[in-house]
Amino acid sequence: MIPPPALEIAVVVWGLVLLLAEAFMERANRRGFAIAAIAGLLAVLIASFFLRTTPGPATATGFWTFYTADPLAIFFKRFALVTTILVLVMAIDYAPMIRIGVPAATPQAGLGEFFTLPLFTCAGLMWMASAIDFIMIFVSLELVTMSFYVLVSFTRRNPVALEAGVKYLILSALATGFLVYGITWIFGVTGETNLARITSVIATQNVDHAPLLFGIVLVLVALGFKIAAVPFQIWVPDVYQGAPTPVTAFLSVGSKAAGFVVLLRVLGPFLMLPEVGRVLVGVTAATLIYGNFAALPQSNLKRLLGYSSIAHAGYLLIGVVAFSGAAVAYYLVAYLLMTLLSFAVLIVVGNSAGDQIEDYAGLAKRSPFLAFTMLIGMISLAGVPFTAGFLGKYFVFDAAIRQHQVALVVIGVITVGCGFYYYLKVVRAMYWLEPAADATPVHTSPLSRLTMSALVIAIIFFGVYPQPILNALSPELPVPRMVVR
Amino acid sequence: MLLFIVFAPIFAAILIMFDAPARLTALIGAAATTVAALVGLFLYRPVPGGFQFVNAFPISQSWRLSFSLGADGLSLMMIFLAALVLLCAVWFSPPVEKSERLFYACLLFLASGAIGAFASLDLFFFYAFHELALIPTFLLIGIWGSGNRFAAAWKVTIYLAVGSFILLIGLILLYRSVPPAMRSFDLRDLQVVASKGGIAPAAQNNIFLLLLIGFGVLISLFPFHTWAPEAYAAAPAPAAMLHAGVLKKFGLYGLLRVALPLVPAGAQHWRTLLVVLLLGNIIYVGLVTIAQKRLDWMLGYSSVMHMGYIFLGIASANLIGLNGAALLMFAHGLSIALLFAVAGEIRRRTGTLVFADLGALAKLMPFAGFAFGVGTFAAIGLPGFANFAGEILIFFGAFRVGADWQGFHLFQIATALALWGVVISAIYMLRAYRAIFMGPPGVRLRNWTEQPALTTTLRWPAVLLIIATVIVGFFPNTLIHLLGPAFPPALVENTR
Repeated sequence: MIPPPALEIAVVVWGLVLLLAEAFMERANRRGFAIAAIAGLLAVLIASFFLRTTPGPATATGFWTFYTADPLAIFFKRFALVTTILVLVMAIDYAPMIRIGVPAATPQAGLGEFFTLPLFTCAGLMWMASAIDFIMIFVSLELVTMSFYVLVSFTRRNPVALEAGVKYLILSALATGFLVYGITWIFGVTGETNLARITSVIATQNVDHAPLLFGIVLVLVALGFKIAAVPFQIWVPDVYQGAPTPVTAFLSVGSKAAGFVVLLRVLGPFLMLPEVGRVLVGVTAATLIYGNFAALPQSNLKRLLGYSSIAHAGYLLIGVVAFSGAAVAYYLVAYLLMTLLSFAVLIVVGNSAGDQIEDYAGLAKRSPFLAFTMLIGMISLAGVPFTAGFLGKYFVFDAAIRQHQVALVVIGVITVGCGFYYYLKVVRAMYWLEPAADATPVHTSPLSRLTMSALVIAIIFFGVYPQPILNALSPELPVPRMVVR
Repeated sequence: MLLFIVFAPIFAAILIMFDAPARLTALIGAAATTVAALVGLFLYRPVPGGFQFVNAFPISQSWRLSFSLGADGLSLMMIFLAALVLLCAVWFSPPVEKSERLFYACLLFLASGAIGAFASLDLFFFYAFHELALIPTFLLIGIWGSGNRFAAAWKVTIYLAVGSFILLIGLILLYRSVPPAMRSFDLRDLQVVASKGGIAPAAQNNIFLLLLIGFGVLISLFPFHTWAPEAYAAAPAPAAMLHAGVLKKFGLYGLLRVALPLVPAGAQHWRTLLVVLLLGNIIYVGLVTIAQKRLDWMLGYSSVMHMGYIFLGIASANLIGLNGAALLMFAHGLSIALLFAVAGEIRRRTGTLVFADLGALAKLMPFAGFAFGVGTFAAIGLPGFANFAGEILIFFGAFRVGADWQGFHLFQIATALALWGVVISAIYMLRAYRAIFMGPPGVRLRNWTEQPALTTTLRWPAVLLIIATVIVGFFPNTLIHLLGPAFPPALVENTR
């Protein structure tokens, strides 16, 4: 039996080993490092099924007061591992673009780092899933963000990537500032940084609510930046479009998922305050409306997926408002599968044609496999039954109805209609339109073919049989009681 | 048995995607489905006690969901309709110029979505199967459509997507308003709960309204009908046959199967609204239909208008009206499929469906003239066709609701107005027949020396549809005696 913290430690150590090896093995094929990184993560993923049980929050002392290994944490550790593996597979396909984008003497320069940096992000995401103390949350969030600073502007010959990097750096640093400031206020009022103890302090003692609310709103600003909720979403389209595509995929899935785990944990104590609930409903409504309506006119697929990730943050927030951990977790899994599938196709097509939607014209003729894969990805994002995306929306709406969030359900249904329009725009290009005269068949490597097929099967399997994911999360987080003042 | 019926078209579609000869595989798959559905109709015994041929595969214990198929007379009738129209649509398909395999696969998926919905005992899969047809519709209209096909495809897809999400919210609300211990998606369990009064009347009102709007969008209930004519005008003929003939019946089937038996108090509450809207379907859309100048648009509007009669039968909520509604669903599916098939052939040969450009086609295409004539008479509701049997039952059923022989109330007035719909449909159908098949040759036809008549291959499916509608027209009891167990006892008592 393995103690849970060993998983993160293994990932970090493996990352360091690969980084060192890369420095000393100048001639080795860099592709090998990606394969090695994937293999290491797979081993950790398997190890995560043989964990030792850990003390619960009631009896926790010492280390276990800021680190937990409850079902939610373990679930999201696996989630981070799977995401990173899939991103690395994409990164292999993306290698030619890195060669163009990085100025260097040797043809393989930069590739090694590009393949190993995601490991550190992954470790940060895994820590974040376990963090139940504000200090721990802050540190792991920084680890994730630091490695993303490098990854976003990795192709530094490309001015668009540089712009994306600068935007991400400045706004992310600002958000971090908000986070620290918010934590300080909360600590000042309650005298605690541990979430469980904060809960008991708020529930039992007579604390002043105004500064507490100020603190939690500042924390929400920082988390809103992570999950791309309106009004903290301005960076998303530019950064998503400019960053190397695998990094965009990683940002949109990994970073967002971690943000939502932290949000679920942090909100636990504070949802007892009715004001927080009202703020969240407002943010959710704004996110749904902005994300979906701003996506309508987009013509660049990467940018479209950026807006779509804002829209999906809105649906996820419905689950958060209804405080249904299962709905959020299921939606995130569905989101992982379909978003990474779309990005995988995007990389292959982007290498040979481009990222504009019109570059997909007639893809059904140039590569029926890719077109079908993208079709599944898009209809799952739109929410057609028998795909995971539909069940995700189903669970979210179900949770919202259970909590009588009528306004959010109404907005959700209207915005789903918008979603059908902009996702099917891609389908339209692939199936209705004729390919350009000079278009050639698109080549897909066996590894990405295998990955895409696995993702398609997973989307349909979980779309019909969600039970494995729901089981992995039981017992659910308790729904907090509202405090009536 | 039902498993075979539901998955035969899907299996055929997958075979086609893997390089099987497209048309042949689709024909065999559709024919096998039709034969199996017919066998099912013969094997079904109309005894009380619900569903037969049940297959159940549990999916989730925690929210009591299982993939369960089962059928009674009503669902078997609809399955048979879907299979028959699928067979005729595939048979009728003209040679496809681009991506032949995708075309047939889409047709098969469209039909299997409808069949799966009719065969599902579980509300979740009932809903999910219907949505399976959404993307094929989008592709069929977008790739092989005509006229303003892009706009039409968007419109139909977004309309149906939003409509079905409203429906989904209604279904979730239904699920949530059942006491926790008895929560289930299974129709049989829900029927038990509803018969014990397990759903609060206040909740029923909300649920029924959501279901009415959700299903109403899918059925093209006035004022949510504007997608239908446009989509059917743009769609290739086989897709229009399947969508107007079968898929649109999903919403009506849902009202008969879900809304009416499970939330009867809600149905009672919104009855007046439904009657007003359905008169919009019959009278307003009927008048709009008369004004149409193209056959495809006219057929699209006429199919919207005929939904009004079926709504009237459903709104009456007594055994006679419901039997009539079910029968008319079947009959209308056959007649509109026949009309769209002939319209598709006319378009293919002449390149136009504008009345002013056509004329005297009866001489050039005598069989098409005959088939269209039969379709016209069936659509008007002449005795001897299945539509007549359905409509007359609906009128009788609706007229007796609340009748006290002192004066006319809501339903008597509605029935009287709806009867004028028959006159309206006679006007536009006969005018269309005259404009296309009689009179002097139209502008577009004068230069054409010879129009090839329908080949034998194209005649058979038309003959099949005509035979089915005539048999049911003369012997409606063959279907009606199967329907009895489908309606809950509470509704049957309304009749006395």
